[in-house]
Amino acid sequence: MREELCHQPAHVLRELLIKGEINYSDILSSLIKTIEEKEKDIHAFITLRLEEAMEEAKELDKIKERESLPYLAGIPIAIKDNICTEGILTTCASKILANFIPPYDATVIERIKKEKMVIIGKTNLDEFAMGSSTENSAFGPTKNPWDLKRVPGGSSGGSAAALIGGETILALGSDTGGSIRQPASFCSITGLKPTYGRVSRYGLVAFASSLDQIGPMGKDVEDVYLLLKIIGGKDSRDSTSLPHPLPQEALKGSIKGKVLGIPKEYLKEGVDEEVIKVVNKAGEIFKKMGAEVKEITLPHTEYSVACYYIIAPSEASSNLARYDGVQYGYRVKELSGEGNPIVEMMERTRDEGFGSEVKRRIMLGTFALSRGYFEAYYLKAQKVRSLIKNDFEEAFKECDCILAPVSPTPPFKIGEKIADPLKMYLSDIFTIPANLAGLPSLSLPGGFTQNGLPVGIQLIGKPLDEYTILDVGFAFQKETDFHKRRPVWR
Amino acid sequence: MEIEPVIGLEVHVELATKSKMFCGCPTTFGGTPNSQVCPVCLGLPGVLPVVNREAVKIGIKTALALNCKINRYTLFDRKNYYYPDLPKNYQISQQYHPLGVEGWVDIEVDGVWKKIRIHNIHLEEDAGKNVHEEGKNYSLVDLNRAGIPLLEIVTYPDMRSLKELEVFMNTLRMILIYIGASDCKMEEGHLRFEANISVRRKGEEKLGPKVEMKNLNSFKIVLRAVEYEIKRQSELLEKGEKILQETRLWDEERGISLPMRFKEEAQDYRYFPEPDIPPLNIPEEWIEEIKKELPELPHIKKKRFKEELGLGEKEAETLVSDVELAKFFEETLKVYKNVRNLVNWMVGPVLRELNERKISISESPLTPERLIKIMEMVEKNLITQTNAKYCLREVFETGKEPEEIVKEKGWIQVMDAGEIERWVEEAIKGNPKAVEDYRKGKKQALSFLIGQVMKLSRGKANPQKVREILESKLG
Repeated sequence: MREELCHQPAHVLRELLIKGEINYSDILSSLIKTIEEKEKDIHAFITLRLEEAMEEAKELDKIKERESLPYLAGIPIAIKDNICTEGILTTCASKILANFIPPYDATVIERIKKEKMVIIGKTNLDEFAMGSSTENSAFGPTKNPWDLKRVPGGSSGGSAAALIGGETILALGSDTGGSIRQPASFCSITGLKPTYGRVSRYGLVAFASSLDQIGPMGKDVEDVYLLLKIIGGKDSRDSTSLPHPLPQEALKGSIKGKVLGIPKEYLKEGVDEEVIKVVNKAGEIFKKMGAEVKEITLPHTEYSVACYYIIAPSEASSNLARYDGVQYGYRVKELSGEGNPIVEMMERTRDEGFGSEVKRRIMLGTFALSRGYFEAYYLKAQKVRSLIKNDFEEAFKECDCILAPVSPTPPFKIGEKIADPLKMYLSDIFTIPANLAGLPSLSLPGGFTQNGLPVGIQLIGKPLDEYTILDVGFAFQKETDFHKRRPVWR
Repeated sequence: MEIEPVIGLEVHVELATKSKMFCGCPTTFGGTPNSQVCPVCLGLPGVLPVVNREAVKIGIKTALALNCKINRYTLFDRKNYYYPDLPKNYQISQQYHPLGVEGWVDIEVDGVWKKIRIHNIHLEEDAGKNVHEEGKNYSLVDLNRAGIPLLEIVTYPDMRSLKELEVFMNTLRMILIYIGASDCKMEEGHLRFEANISVRRKGEEKLGPKVEMKNLNSFKIVLRAVEYEIKRQSELLEKGEKILQETRLWDEERGISLPMRFKEEAQDYRYFPEPDIPPLNIPEEWIEEIKKELPELPHIKKKRFKEELGLGEKEAETLVSDVELAKFFEETLKVYKNVRNLVNWMVGPVLRELNERKISISESPLTPERLIKIMEMVEKNLITQTNAKYCLREVFETGKEPEEIVKEKGWIQVMDAGEIERWVEEAIKGNPKAVEDYRKGKKQALSFLIGQVMKLSRGKANPQKVREILESKLG
């Protein structure tokens, strides 16, 4: 029997659709079956719209000339719940936006709709994308389908879990410090953080504006590339979006002669043995395929987490100031009647509406931007950011792309790090630098631990060179089958 | 002891752009509350600002007109504070690299020219408006104004008297109108001010403690508030009491200033560069292009009117203070060469007609061609001066061509001696008393008789001819 449709990548489904072997609604039926069976355990979604999605699929079934439809027409997609969808609840997994229905579509959503893709729902995340485990959700955590006692990573944990669980075919995530790549690694799916500016941020609820980037998540590299070509490209509504044309070349998997650099700072003590093993093994596989793999250095790596935790909270403290109960979202029910009612309304709305991790970061950022501290923290962090960028520029003189671990550990247990923010923050140490430098970075399945937990590998590319890392990743997936493995469901 | 006030000003100018600073919403005044809004100016989750190119252009133009250095690398910053009329709870402004720096405005006070230096000018977005209704336990917010482009002009504390302050504000206003930066309509809040004031003994170098005055929304209020503050501080200084460095709020109704509460004064805006807007790199060519579009500025025009055209101070001031009037005047001078006569017409009858109707010259039916026609008809002795003025009025009333009016009204001047003689005789017959007075040597009686003849001719007789004929008849 053919593998269930819900576990197939979009490019395979497209072939079946064109050949007339399946209908659009068959894909959806397969997803619905899985969702009914597994969603209560995984909890990947905050909002599902399966009936509407089924109607959209059935409309497409009526069309005879399937080849005239856009390439990914009818392919179901799940959207991280910090991307605005007109008329569909967009909560950011926060109580403060629990009732917020945007009156407009994010640019990426417009483009997905134009492609006639089918949105099946909004996926869970850490509140306002702040976290690495999807435990910081006002609607409860998402579980890792490989082991329900473990986290799926975060903050795009819902999208990653839905993909590996067979609850969606494609997904959108957002990545500020690793939020696409780390869950991709923890769930054994493929996810890309594009070059900063490659994909419009218009409609992405801002966490840290200079770092945020929407990216495609899928079951393999080919799917991720297909989705990138739909959502990417200049948008006049986002002044930071880049005018450069997207790559159009087909993936070839041409690895021969490519130089891959492994940063020595990334395979140091403190990184899980099994993670190091996976990365080194991947290096061997690339070598066998004809690539040169060499050691490189990114000397300022150790400062990246500190730098990130000044810049991101600073921007967040300002971006999240708008949630005050005045216009939309949660508003405190009753006031005490003492003091200034507007001040009390805002203060208590924010106190009751935000979770503790969000509050922690707002406080961090407010402090870092305060008079007397701004130079010592924010400006200093910007200087460090330049140094980290320079590290990469130097490194790319010696290699075509960088091979690195995604996370220092395999998926950890729910509750394991939530009480220790510093420990949690350090789990992003290898993903943060690409955000600080604005570089494209791909996370793809790299292997498994002895206990069968997934471990991803990361390929970091030159600015705007998504093609190289995708093509190298494509070569890896031609050679391996990690991306085809699915968790056994009890 | 003689006390000298030291005054600086922050002027917020609402720019005359069609759309808002960071979105496409219209900027028209007086719309239904919250009808001129979109996700961007509402500050909804996920939206991003896109800089209005026209606003930047006007900003550069103003900076050039105020002799500022343009920062070709300029960027926006966020000014963070919580207020219900500020949808994002931060205002996009410019703190670290403002559009223009180190400029000046030339002002003339009692015939003496002085430079008031400009510290910087920068772009920002306006906030909305809170509406508090009497007796209600809620407030409403209107966000139509949120996101309208503002230009903030910050001066050095270079003004030393109320008079200088007044002249500066007027001069600045005229410049802004001349270059098309703003309509400067006070009643629509196009200009809003904050003043900083200190006092010191005359001759002293050191500045006294600075008091910032907020909430000043018209010229009159600025002058009243600053006058009050100078007096308040001077009294303290004279009594040897301490003047606190503080921010005070002007209460127009009570005519006093009050200290702002400590909490608001201690505000830390936590400025940082706006990450959603990449730095603007303003090309040199663009600045040059804008420079070429700059019109002659009012004080230079005034100087030229006085020195080259021989206008008096008052006449020049009157013409220059209304940009359209000045334009009309210069347009007319291109074809009409009698400057003196034109000035008399402009500051006399023309201005009177405009004022009576409370309209600007561009709103009136008067054109340079029509005015020239009227003046020429007088010069060619076709109509009398009096009827010319009536003719002007008719142009304003009906919008008809002057020749047409004159023809219809039968105002073509009568030069024919025979015809005039008939009116003269009739006047002599009808006014024996005056005739007698004149013959007895009462020369004033002649004017009376001329008037009578003019009346009989319904203003058409040539007054010169009337006088000649009357004199010879009465001989």
